[in-house]
Amino acid sequence: MTACFSQTAQMPLIFQPRPALPPPKQSVGMIGWLRANLFSSWLDAGLTVMALFFLYRALPPLFSWAIWNAVWFGGPQSCAPGADGACWAFVADKFRVLMVGLYPASEIWRPLLGGVALIALALASALRIGSGKIRAALWVALPIPLYWLVNGGMGLSVVDQSLWGGLMLSIGLALAGIMCSLPIGILLALGRRSDIAVIKALCIGIIEPIRGVPLITILFMASVMLPLFLPVGLEINNLLRVQIGIILFSAAYMAEVVRGGLQAIPKGQYDAAKSIGLNYWKTTVLVVLPQALRHVIPSLIGRCIALFKDTSLVIIVGLLDFLGMVKASSQDPEWLGHDAEAYVFCALIYWVICFGMSRYGRSLERLRKKDGLDNA
Amino acid sequence: MATYFDKKQVTRLLLQAVVTGGIIYTAYTLFLNTQANLAARNIASGFGFLSVEAGLPISNSLLPYTPSDSYGYAFLVGVINTLHVSFLGILAASAIGVLIGIARVSRNWLISNLAAVYVEILRNIPLLLLLFFAYGVVLAGLPHPRASLQPGWGAYLNNRGFYLPRPIFQDGFGWVAAMFGLTLVMAILLWRWAVGYHRRTGRYIPAGWLGCILIIGMPALTVWLTGTPLTWEKPVLRGFNFQGGMVLRPEFSALMIGLVLYTAAFIGENVRSGIQSVDAGQIDAARSFGVRPGIIMRRIVLPQALRVIVPATTNDYTSLVKNSSLAVAIGYPDMVSVGGTIIGQNDQAIEIIGMWMAVYLCINLIISTLMNWINARVQLTER
Repeated sequence: MTACFSQTAQMPLIFQPRPALPPPKQSVGMIGWLRANLFSSWLDAGLTVMALFFLYRALPPLFSWAIWNAVWFGGPQSCAPGADGACWAFVADKFRVLMVGLYPASEIWRPLLGGVALIALALASALRIGSGKIRAALWVALPIPLYWLVNGGMGLSVVDQSLWGGLMLSIGLALAGIMCSLPIGILLALGRRSDIAVIKALCIGIIEPIRGVPLITILFMASVMLPLFLPVGLEINNLLRVQIGIILFSAAYMAEVVRGGLQAIPKGQYDAAKSIGLNYWKTTVLVVLPQALRHVIPSLIGRCIALFKDTSLVIIVGLLDFLGMVKASSQDPEWLGHDAEAYVFCALIYWVICFGMSRYGRSLERLRKKDGLDNA
Repeated sequence: MATYFDKKQVTRLLLQAVVTGGIIYTAYTLFLNTQANLAARNIASGFGFLSVEAGLPISNSLLPYTPSDSYGYAFLVGVINTLHVSFLGILAASAIGVLIGIARVSRNWLISNLAAVYVEILRNIPLLLLLFFAYGVVLAGLPHPRASLQPGWGAYLNNRGFYLPRPIFQDGFGWVAAMFGLTLVMAILLWRWAVGYHRRTGRYIPAGWLGCILIIGMPALTVWLTGTPLTWEKPVLRGFNFQGGMVLRPEFSALMIGLVLYTAAFIGENVRSGIQSVDAGQIDAARSFGVRPGIIMRRIVLPQALRVIVPATTNDYTSLVKNSSLAVAIGYPDMVSVGGTIIGQNDQAIEIIGMWMAVYLCINLIISTLMNWINARVQLTER
């Protein structure tokens, strides 16, 4: 007792909490993660077990089909009928047709060069190399040299458009579709918000019917009905007709996306522009559009993805795009029974391109939220 | 000032006149061109062909159809098929989409990631590819009729289709149906009364459960009383194929599989973003009051999530209807497929395309009216 007192007198007793106990072993580390994320309740545990069982049944056979037992090289003989592995040799054999269609072999360097340029620009955009303005300008300008390269003329031999096909055709249709439909879409959107009744009615009359019907009917229209509208004797080839259909279709959707952006511009911006004496076109081009387009870049990229996927429909009006070439090659009598490989390959390519675009769109959105800067 | 005002007015009037003139001139030129082209190619015009005998075979038809029926009737069969596929597709895609969306926000890491993988794969490949794969690889790869897969209950799955037992309604079945309708109305009335009663007195009546018991129990009792007026005709293998029963043809199945899986990915994303748009603090607050998880979901999360989900899903429904036109690529006779065949026979593209547009616009109008009605009910009512 006394000792205790004397101690207090010498050294004031300060409340010293004991160091906290480590969290229970079940809630940290591997076990903690498992409990929180996979087995938090009986229902959860049941779902986890079901999912694991599904993966166990699905993944090993898929792996052994696609990789382990697959045939990678060789001719039609190397893929035994009824083998349990994929025959990637088929895709390798048809690779050129799938990529460029019936494009003449001697001129193959031209689409190849174009493809390399396109991939380089896409990579530069994805990794944000160089300034955004230069990249945007390149995206706008690139289709013209690409068209010259693939089509020929001015020093290069002309390649007939009926020989175009494969992935090259899909990308070409999509690129030209995007580049032409965006300006038309902007004009339609501006027209729809115009206070001149006739122009407004005209734009609504173009946008709404097109958005109301499927692309196939537009393609049918372009390939069957458009020739009837032209003066007798004037004919344009099927590819161009289909391209016009795609552009019109896409423009109607672009117009609605752009309209969303226009609606997001506060009225004060218009008033400010008017107060410094800008007329309608100057207000639109210098003040409104730059802001409106920046608002809707993610949705525009969404439209680009949809358009690229939609170009696969041209097979229905007789063009052999990527999917069309896949379907045609899987009917090659030498290689019968390998449709699955061809479709899986096709899906993979489409997926890489579309998923890449959607990730790019999402990263732009994040950037904009973070610092409000434009990084197109 | 006055001159400036007048000048502006005059410019606008002039612009309107020029645009109107341009439209009229273009329309007139197109009309003349079309007339000349139709004459040069010997194509008839007008809708007279609709009553001409079609002579085209249609493999999947809900209505009784023979090739000797008229073009108009054949087109109608196509329209019915489009509606059929769209309706079933919307139901199935909604059900799967909601499941996918809930799985995406699940706290279970494995489940939410599996759902994410599903969504990212399906959204980033063309629907047409999916249809070709389902039709040309999955369904065509099924065994031939003699080696059919047998999922049970007298159903058979082979490369000619999915054969199911067909229900045969006998005399007393009308009573069962009538009883079903009656109990349905009773259950709805009961539920409405129970809601009002709960508001007035605070006392809770399990109207949902009672209603379910009514709807299932009473018709079941009637079935028993009338001596099972429902029998099943099972498909039987005769020769090389099955006879009897119902059959879902591969074209139909492939179209449904493709449309439903594809649209479900988009609807799943809507559901996910809807649920995530609800402020987490509200859920925490409800939990701290001791509100049960089911009630939190039904009364707090869902009403707010639906405000985001419904408008986005309306778009997905209309695109499902439009996408059903891809049926033409795998040979299912929807409206576009039948119409395309008719164009191939008589070249009357303008009329057929006009009919397509009219039908699609009608369907879209119906869907958006319905969904707008739902939307008006789920949107925030400000007081």
